[in-house]
Amino acid sequence: MISVPSVPAGAPKETAQDLPMRMKVSNLDFYYGKTQALFKVNVNIATNRVTALIGPSGCGKSTLLRTFNRMHETLSHTRLTGTIQLDGEDILRQDVTRLRRRIGMVFQRPNPFPKSIYDNVAYGLRVNGHKKALHDAVEHSLRRAALWEEVKDRLNKSAYGLSGGQQQRLCIARALAVDPEVLLLDEPCSALDPISTAKIEELLIQLKENCTIVIVTHNMQQAARVSDFTAFMLTGELVEFSPTPHLFTTPTDPRTEAYITGRFG
Amino acid sequence: MTARTIWRKSLNALMLSITGICALVTVSTLFLILGFLVWNGARSLHWTFFTNLPAPTGEIGGGIANAILGSAKLLLVAASIGIPIGLIGAIYLAEYAGAKWAFFIRYAADLMNGVPSIVIGIFAYTIVVVSMHHFSALAGGFALGIMMIPVILRSCEEFLKAVPRSLREGAMALGASKWRTILTVVVPAASGGIITAILLALARVAGETAPLLFTAFGNQFWSSGFNQPTAALPVVIYNYAMSSYEDLHQQAWAAGLVLLGLVLVTNLLTRMVLGRQTAQGR
Repeated sequence: MISVPSVPAGAPKETAQDLPMRMKVSNLDFYYGKTQALFKVNVNIATNRVTALIGPSGCGKSTLLRTFNRMHETLSHTRLTGTIQLDGEDILRQDVTRLRRRIGMVFQRPNPFPKSIYDNVAYGLRVNGHKKALHDAVEHSLRRAALWEEVKDRLNKSAYGLSGGQQQRLCIARALAVDPEVLLLDEPCSALDPISTAKIEELLIQLKENCTIVIVTHNMQQAARVSDFTAFMLTGELVEFSPTPHLFTTPTDPRTEAYITGRFG
Repeated sequence: MTARTIWRKSLNALMLSITGICALVTVSTLFLILGFLVWNGARSLHWTFFTNLPAPTGEIGGGIANAILGSAKLLLVAASIGIPIGLIGAIYLAEYAGAKWAFFIRYAADLMNGVPSIVIGIFAYTIVVVSMHHFSALAGGFALGIMMIPVILRSCEEFLKAVPRSLREGAMALGASKWRTILTVVVPAASGGIITAILLALARVAGETAPLLFTAFGNQFWSSGFNQPTAALPVVIYNYAMSSYEDLHQQAWAAGLVLLGLVLVTNLLTRMVLGRQTAQGR
């Protein structure tokens, strides 16, 4: 069992050890009631890189992602042991509101609020106590999410008037508005068409210049296209974690190989 | 065709006609009532009917302006009791209450919904009228407000629960507290349903007579403020229908028509509110 990120000899030029780490997860066990969903997970998230979590349905990849901003606490009867650090500090000891401001999240299905486009993006700012000069921040976030040109003339219209792909980029803009250090994406393209998916993938590559990204995806091609590092998970365990080109070309674990060659999952 | 097929087909036709007839009876009852009201009451529906006070006993004519205003006042008091308690209670029930506690509250609300309205009237009489020593709009509104609480509570709870979890998660992932999420995302998302629930509850208590008989009592004249006995549409209908004057009987029909008209308009309004919500794509 490979539990620590390892980069064997002959790995691509960028290795996990060379990079500063934004997040460190060690010995993470997670339980839904009495069912254990994660087993001793160890994973490091490199700063300003895209890390993908892949694996079959029910392998725990979404569960792992949701512990990063403590969204698991919104469900009752969950339990977590082990540590998750953000910039060296234990996230479980921080104020959850401040933590979620530093770690943004985008969900599987676009979930804009029943408000105007402007108010959707401004929501996080208002929650965090900003009152003035919201307009610049809203415009900046919409530009970062590559949505500004499409919505600049209808900022006060309902967000429900946007297409699915636009709604998802709006949700990304909403998450970016509070300027998070880390952006978590839980299968953000699974409800979108290929063109919208391509736009979002392009966006992620731009965003990683000043944001650390963790993306859960069902789609192995997507992981290969956008991510720098990939973690393969199976039944609650982290099977393999390597630089993406490495994982997809020369996997060390036979289970990883079986999965990426399509023998199951 | 075999005998069996014929038997099946005729049984099918029989059941179809029975269900059809029952549906037809339901619909035609409404139109029958409306027709009765129009037939008997339309003659009294003059614009003075809406603007004048009742005529002195024995005289022909007069209006129900004081009863219309009285009903409005009663509903205002009822709304200011029933809406906040019902809505905030529904928020507690949908968002905070644990399973056992929620079951208990829901059960209590359903029981309260089944309490005969006359009993609610006695309750309001004991609490408000006895302590104030006289009948008042306040007492009547209190009785109606009590009746609104369980109706609003149960329907608002359903609408709040129907707000998708993804919206709550979206707000909480941005650092919103639970209370803030409820206030700024969940309640606005359910607002169409909440408005509908409130309008329907108002429409329901607008027609209640029994709880008003010994709380608002009735009044031949204008009542100022909320501290005096006041006329109300259903009580006027009751009193006029019980009187021995043909003219008052007609006015009772007309007042019934006005009341039913108001309820129908409210129902149409709620349909429009809900229709607009669905058109928004939720």
